[in-house]
Amino acid sequence: MDGYNPFSLEGKTVLITGAAGGIGRATSVECAKLGANLILTDINEEGLVSTIESLNNRKVHRYITSDLTKDEEIDLLVSEIGVLDGFVSNAGVTKPAPVKFVNRTDLERIMSINTMAPMFLTQRLLRKKKFSKNSSIVFTVSIGGVYTTAFGNAMYGVSKGALQVFMKNVALESAVNGIRCNSVNPGMINTGLLKPGTYSEEDRQKDMQTYPMKRYGEPREVALGIVYLLSDASSFVTGHSLIIDGGKTLY
Amino acid sequence: MEIKEFIEHFAEQFDDTELSEFTPRTVFHELDEYTSLIALSIIAMVDEEYGVTLNANDMSSSVTIEDLFNKVKAKV
Repeated sequence: MDGYNPFSLEGKTVLITGAAGGIGRATSVECAKLGANLILTDINEEGLVSTIESLNNRKVHRYITSDLTKDEEIDLLVSEIGVLDGFVSNAGVTKPAPVKFVNRTDLERIMSINTMAPMFLTQRLLRKKKFSKNSSIVFTVSIGGVYTTAFGNAMYGVSKGALQVFMKNVALESAVNGIRCNSVNPGMINTGLLKPGTYSEEDRQKDMQTYPMKRYGEPREVALGIVYLLSDASSFVTGHSLIIDGGKTLY
Repeated sequence: MEIKEFIEHFAEQFDDTELSEFTPRTVFHELDEYTSLIALSIIAMVDEEYGVTLNANDMSSSVTIEDLFNKVKAKV
């Protein structure tokens, strides 16, 4: 059984967006440990450099700074990469606001980063035939909007709900080409997604009590779910949403 | 519009079919890889490249690639 590891990513080339921090950085770290060759992208170059520096075997990895809300930058990114075995779409933002305060500026920004950027990047990667015959796409969606409804979460929830629907359509249309497509749907994870001070410590503690496991998740706990979906261990899994939420959606 | 270019765009919608199989006289419904999804891709390609809206009847009544090319050309 020496070296037996069905979750290995040895020799797989994987593109990861939102790799400058949070779940994207943790995913990069785990994928590198499991042997993947990574192409990392984010709008935040400083964060990308610091992710790259934390990786195993860092010379085989590279990063491309990109603003994926701009078509020309998506095209440039796609033109700079070769054939992929994996793609993790992870970049995301939020800004909590009650329905009465939903506004076009914030909604367009959130939709543009959380929904349209992954849609158009996926569309172009498929169109340019950048996926190998045994490849895997993973979208970081959320339980929010898809399985749970929370005060102030309308704009983020809408953006993630739409992405969840897109994931299933990609899965359906790409299966014939050997491309699988799935999502991870995390509950609240300790990342920089919410600006410090958005919620008080008291509110956070109260919110954690709504999780049967009485805590928020760590980025690595989501990253390892993404690893499973990227690896050949999930070779018959497509169109699936893997909930990683400490039991939050059990209620 | 040129048929050579049309055939190139047509062939781009397929992944596994040899390029040499695409000629004006190719009976495209009989290609192993041809599916309803590829038919939809061809309709979308014609809309994007030529600004022409094809309907399902245009697809089913075209036997060869050239037949389809002529339908698109008539609508440009």
